[in-house]
Amino acid sequence: MLEVPDAIVCESCDTVWRRTPLRPREVSHCRVCGAELDRHAGAHRRRLLPLSVASLITFAVANLFPIVEIELRGRTSQTTLAGAVVALAAEGRSLVALLVLATTIVFPLMQLLILIWLLVPRAPRELPGGFAWMVRTMQSLRPWGMVEVFLLGVLVALIKLSGLAKVLPGPALFAFAALTVLLTAVLSFDPRGFWDMVATPSARAGRAGRRGQDSAA
Amino acid sequence: MTADPSQPPLRAIDAGLLPCRYCGTVWRQAQEGQACERCGTVLHARKPDSLNRTWALLIAAAVMYLPANLLPVMITRSLFGTQSDTILSGIIFFWVSGSYGIAAIIFVASFLVPLFKLAALFVLLVNAGRRSDWRQEERSKLYHVIEVIGRWSMLDVFVVALLSGLVRIQGFAEITAGLGIAAFASVVVLTMLASLSFDSKLTWDGRPSAKGKTNP
Repeated sequence: MLEVPDAIVCESCDTVWRRTPLRPREVSHCRVCGAELDRHAGAHRRRLLPLSVASLITFAVANLFPIVEIELRGRTSQTTLAGAVVALAAEGRSLVALLVLATTIVFPLMQLLILIWLLVPRAPRELPGGFAWMVRTMQSLRPWGMVEVFLLGVLVALIKLSGLAKVLPGPALFAFAALTVLLTAVLSFDPRGFWDMVATPSARAGRAGRRGQDSAA
Repeated sequence: MTADPSQPPLRAIDAGLLPCRYCGTVWRQAQEGQACERCGTVLHARKPDSLNRTWALLIAAAVMYLPANLLPVMITRSLFGTQSDTILSGIIFFWVSGSYGIAAIIFVASFLVPLFKLAALFVLLVNAGRRSDWRQEERSKLYHVIEVIGRWSMLDVFVVALLSGLVRIQGFAEITAGLGIAAFASVVVLTMLASLSFDSKLTWDGRPSAKGKTNP
């Protein structure tokens, strides 16, 4: 098994291309099918840890405070995201409750925690524990985190209720809006970039070879 | 990103190269089923059993599409009585009450997108199964579109979840989730799994390639 370091294969149509170095903000596309081949990781990498921590704080606010409060004939009722999940489960819709819990709380939280764990500054060449498992999990979870869809759902629910009761937006609503923006920025980073932290065996061999030559000279 | 423009583009499968789906490393002399030496992922030229798996998930989703649209997704109990809403009656409610924008958003996310995904996956599967070279670029773009829009169908699930958590004022008004929402959620999950298990490279397997030209 030998690495072909200067090749890049289009994920969408399997065409082989020669990898060309990209300038910051540059993205290369496959000329056969138009899919994205490669993008320059750029300065985004340095902004990722602060953005992830900010997302985590916003995430906590979004989940701990009520999203919305309604007032109907002098009685009020409010809910958090977890409250909605519990209500669904209590109505016997446990699977739907589980799905909502996973897509809006568990998966986004896991993605953020993994990102932070991977990005915490370490000694050079030291890999965080469970590196391969974590990057793979983060890549697989990507389609299943749905915070932005949930935000749209909240807005639709608010408009639906506005005819029935008096609706007071809660602090979590604004936190969800901020979280959506933050997560969009965080998740625009291609997790493939993390694999560059792990050298392939042939790259390691190449480095060792060069080092040998240096010492000989 | 260069290749000899006089030659048809070379596919990895014909060049004897195996790219890793997760880390993107390209391997030569690697066997199908071997683990990637960089990230440990099992290497496959094409996702194993992609067509069968995707067909199974697509058929399951199509079956669930009926109860998802026929059963009530939301049951509202208020002083004025009990009202059951299906996905479509919810859309009609918004439309007649003048919220055209919201009606359009729900119509697209909950009705059009799932239907479009079922139809699009069907087209992709039929053509990939025949190794057809018909409109490959458009089919490739179609696959990309269904991957991007699939998740937005969860909208109604979140709306119902939120309303049933919020509107529970004993004696005045109460909203509960109907069985339809479970069917609808399963359609969304099944179509998402179907598009994830479909290998987009199958779309291009019917095209002439560099190797195919030289040794037919």
